[in-house]
Amino acid sequence: MASIVLKDLVKNYGKVEVLHKVTGQFEDGEFIVIVGPSGCGKSTLLRMVAGLETVSGGEIYIGDKLVNDLEPADRDIAMVFQNYALYPHMSVRENMAYGLKIRKLSKVEINKRVDEAADILEIKDYLDRKPRQLSGGQRQRVAMGRAIVRDPQVFLFDEPLSNLDAKLRVQMRLEIRKLQRRLGVTSIYVTHDQVEAMTLGDRLMVLNGGYVEQFGTPIDLYDRPASVFVAGFIGSPAMNFLKAKTIGGNVELSNGTRLKTNTKLDLDLTLGIRPEHLVADPNGVIELETEMFEQLGATTLVHGRLAGSGEQLVASMPGHVAQEPGSIMKFGANADALHMFDAASGKRLEQ
Amino acid sequence: MVENRPILNIVTHLVLILGVAIVALPIWITFVASTHEETRMLQAPLPLLPGGFFVENFKQTFFGSGLSGSQSAPVWRMLLNSLSMALMIAFGKISISLLSAFAIVYFKFPFRMGFFWMIFITLMLPVEVRILPTFEVVADLGLLNSYWGLSVPLIASATATFMFRQVFLTIPDEMLESARIDGAKPMQFFWDILLPLSRTNIAALFVILFIYGWNQYLWPLLITTDTDMTTIVMSIKQMLEAAEQSPQWNIIMMTALLAMLPPVFVVVAMQKLFVKGLTETDK
Repeated sequence: MASIVLKDLVKNYGKVEVLHKVTGQFEDGEFIVIVGPSGCGKSTLLRMVAGLETVSGGEIYIGDKLVNDLEPADRDIAMVFQNYALYPHMSVRENMAYGLKIRKLSKVEINKRVDEAADILEIKDYLDRKPRQLSGGQRQRVAMGRAIVRDPQVFLFDEPLSNLDAKLRVQMRLEIRKLQRRLGVTSIYVTHDQVEAMTLGDRLMVLNGGYVEQFGTPIDLYDRPASVFVAGFIGSPAMNFLKAKTIGGNVELSNGTRLKTNTKLDLDLTLGIRPEHLVADPNGVIELETEMFEQLGATTLVHGRLAGSGEQLVASMPGHVAQEPGSIMKFGANADALHMFDAASGKRLEQ
Repeated sequence: MVENRPILNIVTHLVLILGVAIVALPIWITFVASTHEETRMLQAPLPLLPGGFFVENFKQTFFGSGLSGSQSAPVWRMLLNSLSMALMIAFGKISISLLSAFAIVYFKFPFRMGFFWMIFITLMLPVEVRILPTFEVVADLGLLNSYWGLSVPLIASATATFMFRQVFLTIPDEMLESARIDGAKPMQFFWDILLPLSRTNIAALFVILFIYGWNQYLWPLLITTDTDMTTIVMSIKQMLEAAEQSPQWNIIMMTALLAMLPPVFVVVAMQKLFVKGLTETDK
């Protein structure tokens, strides 16, 4: 078990800098999810911790040890790859035992550890099969088994669930979380899926274009997103953004509607409202010109435009709602459900 | 094409039978000739059915000194020479090209691509082209009339290197990364992961290279003067010229038959792996 510290971590490919001074401290036993759109540098960051990519600048500590120049095998980590990377010519047992064999553990010890891991993951029945005889979910378990037997200080997951179908993904997600709790091993998990990130992580690090946008608990990120990017990325369906400006403590939308707030700011801003925070209200001031209703069963997503301005707006309403497209619906929103961002920089503004 | 017309069926079978006959007839004649007496082979018409002297001919060819009146080595000795040469060439070529492909694909060193192209260029320099300088080198090293002299100059192989490079390139990077996290050193990765994964390709290449080595003619002819070092392929030609009397067809044909067997055996034994190695893409 160990904490991990990243200090001003930089990665260059030639002259292109893909990670810019990433800093973060991951506590012992924490489940950290690094999330961001593709190309944001999240996999590179993970691979730097693993030792598969060189460090161009800054420092990585695992435990108290500076690991910048250590080989992956000497960092006491285990990694689960997106395509599992099982050795195709070895049986499940040999796959799991390979790393231990190289570390010259005794046969008895190796067998004991493999059997234990197989027990935990319920893969005992196919220890003698080859990876190609297994289904995707089973391969995923074997890949995790390979990580567990090494009894490492840190687990690294590189989008391990993206090759599975949706149902299995949900199931494996839960299992990974339970397993991590049970073993108490510090874990870093990379994904582009915000639902996976929210459900798995103790804390989330949101990366965008090589910069850390925000680092905090899932609820923190949901309640107080630090930027337009985080606000749009976390939460489903995504947050609505409307052009607005402040006038005498109130916020005025582009169609002239005024929303009551206590803000002391005085500037142009981007106003964010989550679809689930738009409450249907006959006296509401936000008028939505509906275009489409998406029935999800438990909720209905109302897609439309802000009346008089044409800006896209989505509202999420409980239960079944069906109306003629083109009708006007009225919504209200609590003052504390309004997120204000600087129109120019996209950074969060405190009211 | 799925058609069900009886006439077409007959025609296709005829074509196939004709093809088989054309290929098989010379081999049949060889076999028939090896089962007759020497004198019978000199009378016209040539026999088309086997005679009763197979065992005698075999004994004389295999254990005796072959042609009567010549001092050539017995055929078992030549077979042994050929086998050693072919095996040394095949194994040598495979191990060297495996290692060079491993270096080129998995290591970053200065002039990596330069080295790759240098290896590639040797495709233009088969032994026939560089035969004089190569002979000079081998003679200076004192390797004339030895197995090393027979095999080493033929061992470098650009084709095999190139093939293994392509094979290694299809193995996903994660395999290497995963092995690195498992703590495998480069040569452990080579032995434990790369070799087993290219097993079928190695087998396919072995078949091709064994036959290539077995059929070497010009090079062994040049560097062996000792009759104990003659290979079987060159000896057949020598047998035709050796005796001053008319050729002893029964012995020569028996030798030819024996020369054909090992390559056939290798192909048959490794057929499954051979086909897999040339067609399989799943890694």
